[in-house]
Amino acid sequence: MPSREQLMKFLPWISTPVLIVVILAAWKLAVSLGVSRYTLPPPGEVWAALLELMRRPDVWTVHMRTTLVEAVAGFGIGLFSGVIVGAVLGRVVWLERAVRPMVVALQVIPKVALVPLFVIWFGFGMTSKVIIAAILAFFPIMLNVLLGVRSVDPGHRDVMTSLNAGRWQTFWALEFHSTLPYVFAGMEVGIVFAVIGAIVGEYLGGNEGLGFLVVDTLNALNAPELYAVIVLLAVLGYLLFFAVNVAKRLMIPWHESVSLKDIT
Amino acid sequence: MTQQGLKATGTPDIAAERAGGQTSVEAPAELELVGVSKEFHSRSGSVVALKDVNLTIRRREFVALVGRSGCGKTTMLRILAGLTHATRGNVLAGGRPLWRDGGRDPETVGRLGIVFQDAHLFPWYSVEENIALPLKLRGVGKAERLARAHELCALVGLSGFERSYPRELSGGMRQRAAIARALSYRPGVLLMDEPFGALDALTREKMNLELQSLALASESTVVLVTHSIREAVFLADRVVLLSPRPGRIRSITEVDFPRPRPLEVEAEPRFQEIVRTLRRQLDEET
Repeated sequence: MPSREQLMKFLPWISTPVLIVVILAAWKLAVSLGVSRYTLPPPGEVWAALLELMRRPDVWTVHMRTTLVEAVAGFGIGLFSGVIVGAVLGRVVWLERAVRPMVVALQVIPKVALVPLFVIWFGFGMTSKVIIAAILAFFPIMLNVLLGVRSVDPGHRDVMTSLNAGRWQTFWALEFHSTLPYVFAGMEVGIVFAVIGAIVGEYLGGNEGLGFLVVDTLNALNAPELYAVIVLLAVLGYLLFFAVNVAKRLMIPWHESVSLKDIT
Repeated sequence: MTQQGLKATGTPDIAAERAGGQTSVEAPAELELVGVSKEFHSRSGSVVALKDVNLTIRRREFVALVGRSGCGKTTMLRILAGLTHATRGNVLAGGRPLWRDGGRDPETVGRLGIVFQDAHLFPWYSVEENIALPLKLRGVGKAERLARAHELCALVGLSGFERSYPRELSGGMRQRAAIARALSYRPGVLLMDEPFGALDALTREKMNLELQSLALASESTVVLVTHSIREAVFLADRVVLLSPRPGRIRSITEVDFPRPRPLEVEAEPRFQEIVRTLRRQLDEET
């Protein structure tokens, strides 16, 4: 008899196919009940469109690649600047107080509304999309790092003080490790936001990327292919999130958010 | 030391002087509190946590600080450890002031090992890395400090758990790892703030026996803060009773059962009499 833990481990591998089958069945049912083909093409047609899409080399070498590069570059910039700004604002209390109203104002602006501005400033090329992705990824990462820098356990600080630890020793043995889980929490949100930023940027301008492909297929009223592009986007987003998650498991295996079973 | 089991008086200062005078022939002073006062200021006003405390702790002596919560015993320990600055007075360690030119004297602090109420292990380090951390900070090489960590794991009964993360350990094991960390650099003085407060009674009893043999084996001076009078009397050469608001020394009681003491010592009438007397003193405050 497998134990409860073993069952829990295998549960997603069983439940996911079951859920996919249930969704596909509901989808087929809706189609057979007479929903318009333009609204909801049957799963078979979408599957065929997906296969065809995947056979087109330009989908990989141009569109997928463009979106991937934009999202990853934007995420990288957002991560780098988010960690630095978050760490500085976390440590320099007066500066954080001084800029807090501005930060809050920037946060509550729906940043997607700024996309047309960036297109005007940086053109229809990749730059504007990278910048949008970077800005969307920046905020969750920066805010998490700010919180992380301030959340160092005072008891741990006492330990370092009682051991005569110097400034850099305290940073490397304590503050760095203690902030890492916050960085990864921000990264997991940030990578998703970066993909959103890249795609929304592509909606508004340019002729490359999966976001452009979405608009293109929509204009052609090619519903099956539109669905197929969305599937590709889902796969892209999932793979990027998975990469961040793997990095987290490798970097902070000790943290509560990483299951003990994964490390032993 | 006299064979008399109990020596306690109501007047704090006289008791302190007398107790200090009696042990001075045996060993030099390890730690001294000289006229230490501590005030905390907050928006609602200031609180006198400690008022004019004088205490001399001799080398290899085991001193327990007991008292109700809020009597300043943790503050006193933090001042001894150099983690909190006294408002007035100073701490002498081996005759040298702990605070000099506004900073802590690193050499003096290096002779102190501190065990906190919570283990405060670093969750990102394995048990051996946690224990070896003080040595790493002192620039000891990796092979040497891990060898020392393994030696200490064996000493505190954590063999086989060297590579475990703290979250995989029980509360008692974590506290033992924290003690091993404090012992790693052979500090000479162990300052412990209710190290077993969060443990169940049975584990606590076992840890007390282990702490007793550790202290003797490492020839350490120990200052232990506890709220358990029984624990204090069982472990300590002298029990310092603090009374609150403002925190000051109420009495100092000598317990002269030879160390190490077996658990059976608690059944002796003399032991129970000391516990009763201390409890009465504690009750008189309310």
